[in-house]
Amino acid sequence: MEDILNAIVLLSNFVIVPGLAYGAQLALGALGVTLIYAVLRFSNFAHGDLMAFGTMAVILVTWTFQSVGISAGPVPTALLALPFGILAAIGISLLFDRSVYKFYRTKKSPPVVFVIASVGVMFMLNGIVRFIIGPGDQNFSDGGRFLIKAREFKEMTGLNEGLAIKTSQGITIIVAFLVMIALFWFLQKSRTGKAMRAYSDNEDLALLSGINPDRVVLYTWIIAAALATIAGTLYGLDKSFKPFTYFQLLLPIFAAAIVGGIGNPLGAIAGGFVIAFSEVTVTYAYKKFLIYLGPEGWAPDGLVQLLSTDYKFAVSFVILVLVLLIRPTGIFKGKVI
Amino acid sequence: MKLPVPAQFAIMGLLLVLVGIFQSWSVALAILNLCLISSVMALGVNIQWGYAGLFNVGIMGFAALGGVGAMLVSVPPVREAWAAGGLQVIGSGLLVLAVIAAVVFARRTLEGRTRSLATVALVAGGYFLVRAVFDPAVDAIEAVDPAKSGFLGGLGLPIIFSWGIGGVFAAGAAWVVGKIALGLRSDYLAIATLGISEIIIAILKNEDWLTRGVKNVSGLPRPVPLEINLIQSPWFTDLSARIGADPVAFAGIFVKLCYAALFTIVLLAILWLSQRALHSPWGRMMRAIRDNRDAAEAMGKDVTKRHLQTFVLGSAVVGIAGAMLVTIDGQFTPGTYNPLRYTFLIWVMVIVGGSGNNYGSVLGGFLIWFLWIQAEPAGLWLMNVLTMPLAEGSALKAHLLQAAPHLRLFLMGLILLLVLRFSPRGLIPEETGRKAA
Repeated sequence: MEDILNAIVLLSNFVIVPGLAYGAQLALGALGVTLIYAVLRFSNFAHGDLMAFGTMAVILVTWTFQSVGISAGPVPTALLALPFGILAAIGISLLFDRSVYKFYRTKKSPPVVFVIASVGVMFMLNGIVRFIIGPGDQNFSDGGRFLIKAREFKEMTGLNEGLAIKTSQGITIIVAFLVMIALFWFLQKSRTGKAMRAYSDNEDLALLSGINPDRVVLYTWIIAAALATIAGTLYGLDKSFKPFTYFQLLLPIFAAAIVGGIGNPLGAIAGGFVIAFSEVTVTYAYKKFLIYLGPEGWAPDGLVQLLSTDYKFAVSFVILVLVLLIRPTGIFKGKVI
Repeated sequence: MKLPVPAQFAIMGLLLVLVGIFQSWSVALAILNLCLISSVMALGVNIQWGYAGLFNVGIMGFAALGGVGAMLVSVPPVREAWAAGGLQVIGSGLLVLAVIAAVVFARRTLEGRTRSLATVALVAGGYFLVRAVFDPAVDAIEAVDPAKSGFLGGLGLPIIFSWGIGGVFAAGAAWVVGKIALGLRSDYLAIATLGISEIIIAILKNEDWLTRGVKNVSGLPRPVPLEINLIQSPWFTDLSARIGADPVAFAGIFVKLCYAALFTIVLLAILWLSQRALHSPWGRMMRAIRDNRDAAEAMGKDVTKRHLQTFVLGSAVVGIAGAMLVTIDGQFTPGTYNPLRYTFLIWVMVIVGGSGNNYGSVLGGFLIWFLWIQAEPAGLWLMNVLTMPLAEGSALKAHLLQAAPHLRLFLMGLILLLVLRFSPRGLIPEETGRKAA
C-alpha cells in the first residue's frame, strides 16, 4: 500500500504538478493566439516575442521595485509589476496594429500577408527585447520558493517520496484559473465580449448589426497582450526568462491552439494541458515509479524513458500532426469563439 | 520609380566593391560567398512560395539536412565505431522499416476495432524492439574515442559531391513532410513546417552516433586548396610576385575566390534551371494553381501532386545551399541553427527581392545578407555617435554599445514591413501577363 502511495506521490511531484503548471502557461499563451485567430483571422507568429516583450517589461519594473525596497512578501514581486508589463505589451500591440496590421485589414489582404507581416513584427520585437535586456538568462523570482517542501511533506506523511510544490507553480495555477474565469465571463456576458464572438462568427452580419469593428479589434489586442504577458511572466517565474526560449514556445502554443481547435478558447485551454502533459509524460523516466509498483527487489533496466527530454518539441508536433490528420478541427470544433 | 534590373545588380556589386576598398577585400569576398549561398537558398524558397504559394517556414531544417549530407559525405568513416555498432544501427533501421511495413499491412487488411488495436500493439511492440537493438549499439558507438570521434563517420568522399547529396537528403525529407502537411491550409502548413524544422535540429543535436551532436564535426575536407599549401607551391608565389601581392594575404583571397567561383557556378546553374522551369508550360501551370486553385483543379490539374513536386524541388535547392554553407564553414555545428537566421531571414530575402521572380530572389539574397552583416558595424557606429554625449564609463553607454548588434534584427523586421507595405511586389516584381510567357 505504501509503495502505491509512494508511486503516486512520485508521479505527482515530477509529472502532475509540473504538467499542470506548464499546461496553464501554455493554455494562457494559446488563448491569446486563438483569440487573434478568431477575430483577426491570422496565425500571429509574433506572439512568442510579444510574451517576451511583456515579460521583459515586468522584469524591469520588478527590478525597480526591488531596488527601492517594495516587495510582496511571500509572493514574487513580479506579480505587483504584472499590470505595468501588461500595459507595456498592450501599448506595443496597439502600436503595431495601427502601423502594420490595420493597413492590410482595410485592404482585406489574404491571411498569409498578415502572417508575413507578423514575421516582420516578430523580428522587430525580438530585436527590441534583445536590445533592452540582452539575449541571456534572467532570473527575477523572489519571495518564498516553496509552498510545500519535499522534506516537510515526507515528515508530515511518513512516506519515502516527497512532494514539492514551488510557489511559482501554485501561483501559476491560481492566476491562470482566475484569468480564464474572467475571460469566459467577459466573452459570454459582457457586451464587448458578445460583440467579439459575433464578429468572429460572421463579420458581415456583425457589421450589419452595428458592431464597431475597431472596438472589437482593440479589445482583442488588449486581451491577447494581457494574456501573453501573464503567460510569459508565469513561465519566467517558473523556469527562467530568455528571449530565445520564448520564441521557441511559439510551437507548443500553436500546437495547443490547433489541437484544441483554433479559434475556440475552451479548446485552447484543453490543448494547452494536452500538450503539456504529453511532453512531460513522454519524457519522464519511469524507472523509480516502476520499482515502487513492481514486485519486491525488481528493477527495470535503463531509465524507462520513452523519449529523451530534448525531443519535447517533437511530442507537441507529433500530436499536432495526428490531430490535423484525424480531426482537423481539433478536439473542440474550432474557428468560432 | 523602378530601376532596371541590371542597374540594381550593378549597385549591389558596387556596394561589395566599396566594402573591398574601405574595409578589406577579404571581408568583401567573405560576404560575397555567403551572398551567393543565400541567393541559392532564396531561390529554393522562391520555387515554393513564388511559383506555388506554399508557405514553408521550415527552411532551417532542410538547410541543416543539406549540411548533414555534406558532413556525412566528406568525413572519413570511423572503422572502430562501425565495428562496435554499425551493423546493429543498420539492423534497427531495417527493423523500423519492417514495423512500418507491418503497420501498413495491418491497416490495409484488418478492419474496425481490431485494426486500431493491431496498430497500437505493433507500434508499441516495434518501439521497444527497436530500442532494444538500437540503444546498446549507440552506447557502443559513442564510447569509441568520444573526445575525437564517437560517431560512425561518413564516406570520406570529396565534399563537392555532397552538394547533390545534401539536396537529395532535403528532398527526401520534404517528400515525407509534403505527404503529411501539404493538404493543410497555409497557416497550418507554416506551423507544421516550423515544427518539422525544430525536430530535425533536435535530432541532429542529440543523435551523437550520427552527427556528434553539439560536440560538432570540425575540420571537414575542402574542395579548394589550403592556404598553407598554396604559399608553399612555387607557381603560387610566382603568381603573387607577378601581381605584386603579399603571398600570405593573397592566399586567403585566392581561396575565397575559388569558393566564389564554385558557388557562382551552382547559383547560375540553378538560376538557369529555375528560369527554364518558370517559363515552361509547367511554370505557367504552377502560377495558374497558385492564383486560382479551384480553376486549375477544374482544368484537370492535379494540385496536390504539383504542390508536392514544387515542395520537394524547392527543399532540394535549400538543401544544396545548406551543404555549401557547411562546406565553406569547414565544420558541422548543429547547435548554431537558429530559425531567425536560417528560416525567417531567407523569407525576408524572398519578399524583399520580389516573390515569384528568380532574379529578385538572387538580388534579395545578396542585399539582405549584405545588410545583415553590415548592420552590425553600422549599428555599433550609430550607437557610438548617439552615445557621444554620455559620460565615458557610464552604465547606460556600456549597455547601449554592447546591445547594438541586436539592432539588426529590428532592422530586418523594419525592412520586411516597409517592403511589404510600400512595395509588396519587391525590388524586382514578378513578370506577369504577356511578358512572362
